[in-house]
Amino acid sequence: MTDRFVYVTYIRTTPEKLWDALLKPEFTRAYWYGAWQDCDWKKGSPWKLMFPDGRPADSGEVVEIEKPKRLVLKWRNEWRPDLREEGYSRCVIELEPADETVKLSITHEIDKSGSKFIEAVSGGWPKILSSLKSLLETGKPLPRTDQPKG
Amino acid sequence: MSMDAVFRALADPVRRRLLDRLHARNGQTLGELCEGHDMTRQAVTKHLALLEEANLVVTRKRGREKLHYLNPVPIHEIADRWIGKYERSRLRALADLKKRLEEQSDD
Repeated sequence: MTDRFVYVTYIRTTPEKLWDALLKPEFTRAYWYGAWQDCDWKKGSPWKLMFPDGRPADSGEVVEIEKPKRLVLKWRNEWRPDLREEGYSRCVIELEPADETVKLSITHEIDKSGSKFIEAVSGGWPKILSSLKSLLETGKPLPRTDQPKG
Repeated sequence: MSMDAVFRALADPVRRRLLDRLHARNGQTLGELCEGHDMTRQAVTKHLALLEEANLVVTRKRGREKLHYLNPVPIHEIADRWIGKYERSRLRALADLKKRLEEQSDD
């Protein structure tokens, strides 16, 4: 059994701008609760999602990367032992032009059922995606996601 | 993706029930979603197509099967439009209270 969620949003922007907003620390800090990713964005490279205070929140590896279309990450929680022991999940991020917008799909899955990790990350994504959309369309992230969770 | 499509899709009780079923268990096939309905497969397919158009349901292929997933992002965007930044925690407390009280009265 696989636990999975798929989240989709349409953002009025270009694939290139959305790609940068998803990868670059100066953008992610604005809409991802202050978090940023430590990675050189090459296939096979280590990947880390960092809390604003410098602790790693999650870690993994770049499995596939095709700018500005597709990014696949191996992804494991690093700060909650009960989530960490579930092992690696897979996060697929896809960007497709759709009329005046870009369709952004996030699929996050793990090869087990009743995953607490998938439940935990699924709660965060809609807030992060709404804020990212607001940042790209209006220049402002949504309040509450522009600062560390706390 | 228009908000009109989201409200139109949510305006029907059958479609809301389909979303409830996906909320309870994500990633179901058409066959699974038809179980327990007094509706034809075609009718359920039509409702699912409207939900997909509104971006409330997204599908992924698994072999020959199509799995349906609840996409809560448009609903989140609606909530964000009208809920102010300081109201959220109070609203959550109120919603939790309502849920607890109603669960008790169901016993």
